[in-house]
Parts: sequence; C-alpha cells; structure tokens
Amino acid sequence: MKTTTQENLVEKGMARRSFLKFAGAGAVAAGVLATAASCQKHGGVVSDPQVVDLGTGDIAVLNYAYALEQLEAAFYTQVVSTPYTGITDAEKALLTEIRDHEIIHREFFKTALAGNAIPALTPNFSSITFTDKASVLGTAKAFEDLGVAAYNGAGYLIQTTAYLELAGKIVSVEARHAALIRNLLGQNLADDSILDPSNGLERSKTPAEVLAIANKYVSGKPLSAPALGA
Amino acid sequence: MELLNLINDIQAADPEFADRISPRRAAIKNITSFGSKVAVAALPFAFSTLFKKAYGQTATPSVNDVLNFALTAELTEASFYNTAFARAGLINSADSNAIGLIRTDENNHVNFIRGILSSNESAANKARSTAPIVAGNFNTWFDFSGGAKGTVPGAGPFADVFNSYAIFLAVAQAFEDTGVRAYKGQAGFLKGNKTVLTAALNIHSVEARHASYLRRLRLLRAPSTVPADFRPWVTGDMTTASGITVTTAATAATNPIYAGEANVTQGGVNIGGIVSTKAATEAFDEPLTSADVVNNILSNFLKTS
Repeated sequence: MKTTTQENLVEKGMARRSFLKFAGAGAVAAGVLATAASCQKHGGVVSDPQVVDLGTGDIAVLNYAYALEQLEAAFYTQVVSTPYTGITDAEKALLTEIRDHEIIHREFFKTALAGNAIPALTPNFSSITFTDKASVLGTAKAFEDLGVAAYNGAGYLIQTTAYLELAGKIVSVEARHAALIRNLLGQNLADDSILDPSNGLERSKTPAEVLAIANKYVSGKPLSAPALGA
Repeated sequence: MELLNLINDIQAADPEFADRISPRRAAIKNITSFGSKVAVAALPFAFSTLFKKAYGQTATPSVNDVLNFALTAELTEASFYNTAFARAGLINSADSNAIGLIRTDENNHVNFIRGILSSNESAANKARSTAPIVAGNFNTWFDFSGGAKGTVPGAGPFADVFNSYAIFLAVAQAFEDTGVRAYKGQAGFLKGNKTVLTAALNIHSVEARHASYLRRLRLLRAPSTVPADFRPWVTGDMTTASGITVTTAATAATNPIYAGEANVTQGGVNIGGIVSTKAATEAFDEPLTSADVVNNILSNFLKTS
C-alpha cells in the first residue's frame, strides 16, 4: 500500500528490501548487522558539511523530532528562568510543567538515538522578547502548533510501528500544550490557520515546511533532511 | 544475537511466523534496523510487540475496520454535543464559541470518515443518528448517563449530564481523552497508508486539543469538581484524581479511560528519572486497543453495538 512518494523517500533502503524479497525471512539474521550498518549510519560521506544532516530512514524522522524537542526544551527553560513581566503563579506553574515534558521528550530521543543522534543544537532566540508576555506566549503557540503539524506530517514516513506509536504518544501531549497556550492568550483552542474548517482535520506540515521555520531558531549550521525531502 | 537466533528457531518450527508477525513484511523490516544502538535498546519492547502481534490477536484490523471503529466514537461525540447545544442554558455563554467549535469538529469528523468509508460503513454505524436527543439523556442509540449496561435506561452515573454543566464537562472530557487514546491505538494498523494514516493523525491531535481545553475549562468553571492542580494533560492513571468521579459507579465507568497512563517506560527506555515520575507520565499519552475502548468505555454509552 506504499505510495510512490514513500518508495522514493526510502530509496536508500531498497537494497535491504530487495535482499529480503529474495532471501526470505529465514536468512535475515545473517544479513542484519551488515545491512543495518550500511543504511542506518547517520550522516555519511555524502553529507553536506554546511548543514546538520538528520540522516536517513527512521533515524532521520527520530532526529527530526529530537531537533524540534531540543528547541522547545531550550525555549521553555529560558521562559521559566527569566519569566515575563506580570507572570502569575498559575502561569509559571503551567509553563514549568510544559518545560519538564519537553525536557523528557528531548532526553528520550537522545537516549533512543544514542550514536545516531545529531549534536546538541545551539538555539537562536534573538527574535523573542522574554520579558514580554505576548512575545513569549506567541512563540510558545508557534512552537507547539509547529510540533503538532510536524509529527502529524511525518507519521507516514516512519517505517517501524513502535516508533510510529511513540510519535503518537508525544504528539497528543504537544496538542494539549498548544490548546492551553491559546487559552492563556485568550484565544480559541484552534483556528482556521491550523484546522481545516471543511473537515475538522489539523493541517499537517511536511518536513521541508517545518525545517524552514525551525531553522530560524537554530544558530550555526541549519538542519537538513534530504531523506525526508527537506 | 540470541533474539535473532530465536527468530530462526521459531521460523523453523512455524514456517508461517513471518506472515503472522506481518503480512506486509513490516516486522522483517524492523528486524533489519536492529543494528543500531537505539534498536538494541528497544529490543525487549519491540519483540514483545511482535509476539503479541503474532499470537495474541486473532486478526489485524483492516483500514475499514479502523475507520468504522473511529466513526462509532465520532458519532457518539457528535450526538453528545448536538444534544448539549439543544438544551437551553446548559452551556455557559462565554464558552459556547469554543464548545461550538468542538461540536462542529466532531460532526465534520463524522462526515469525513463516512465519506471515506462510503459503502463500507458498518450497518450499526449507518443506523446511528446524531440528531439531538429532545428530552432526557438517552435515545435509541446512545445513553449519555453512562447507563447503557444497566437495566434502566438513562439511570447511569451521569444521569444529570444535560442538567449540570459540571457533569457535562466531565463527560465531555471523558469522551475526548478516550478519543485521543482510541486513535493512538489504531495508528500502527494504518502504517503504509499515507492518506488514511495522516488523516487519522490530523484528527487525533484535534481530539487532544479538545481534551486540553475541556480540562482547563473544568478547572475554571467547576473547580470544586476537580483537584486544585488539575491539568490539560493526563497525570498518572488518575484513579484517585480523575475529577470525573462523582460516585463510586462513575469511578467504575471512568477508570478504564485512564488505565495504563502511569506508564514510564517508553520504547524500552525508563524515563521516570529524567525529571520526575509525575512529569514522565504526563509527557507521553498512552494508546488503548479498540476492544478496551468499546468493551470498557463506549459500552457504557452505546445502546447498540
């Protein structure tokens, strides 16, 4: 049931698939380490040294999530350490809990990816005025909406069911954050910019669309994911 | 690698093992990715999933099965909100825009899924009407008192659901949190179908937005019915602090909605020590199987299955 697009995106995995097709499941064990090593290594000799390459296959999707979670965790860490003017105790408590969730997401991906993980990113938050409530909550809203749209849009790129389930476990928490931030801003839980009013579906984003936005918040080498079309 | 030898042994004993774990070879693809550290760390988790898949289930649901299951949940929600809006004075006017959006979303989800299913819509779903219940809390298809399993219609633990705003919000939260877990549990069955999987994910996150808003609203509008630190996200399994609990019977009806949410092991990684156990349970929402959703939760509200 794979789409043409997916086949193109996993082209580098075709050797593995062909091998399996002809060798059958019983012979898998012998080829496992060799094939996995050849197609799952992060970066690789073809990587552009001017970018942070997220890798290929499921590793690329996991690094994609890891990069976004790094930015979110860094953002909320700053928000909590330098609260905006007029912050209430209730708002600070909520933003601190969101920070904790994002740190857990970040550390989870870092542990799960281990040697395949991209480096720690240096965020660029120069566009944010951390003393100003509207700037901080406006950015929080943008990050949460972006995260939801990113996970939703990358779900079909995930090859391993367990990873798809993990992404699903995280994205709904990001959506809970997003609705709360809108509430703190006095806005409705969603609007037509993120929700298609004709069918009630969230508007997901492709990795290319997401990285174009996320890279505004990254210092140094921009994130790049050719394997994900970004 | 012991586990890979084990796969070979099983293959020898059961030549159809590969087909059992995945007719589409997804599981075999999983095995080939085990060379990296991440996969090795996740092995026990992944393998328990494989074996459950191979021998614990009778059949993998088809895409139409998944969509009909989702449609049943959406029909329940749509009927619920349509009825609430037909009751004068129930919904606080300050909240009617947001709850109105939720109502519109649920009706749109019904229409969207029906559009995909077309002639594959189940007879039971086709029969269900989302028209508002004119009086009382039940009709031919739904019992929003949560009493569908009982002998007296409309006499369940949430009998005042359309008379009390606090109980209405509690039941709404129950449906939305259930919806989040229900869609999450089906994602794996849609893998490989870009269109339907992405649509399901795009509904799943909307249900989570609804749940978050309703939880926030309960804290603001009905603070006496929820703990002081009640949150838009799910803390633990909420057996003592669901805030939905109004009676012992209600607890029995709502505990299954949060069963398993205290999990702190994700993908074989224990995340409980990163910040705190509490935060770890909040940071990941957990899936439910369709059987758990239908048999333990929706069965309290669906008069026909």
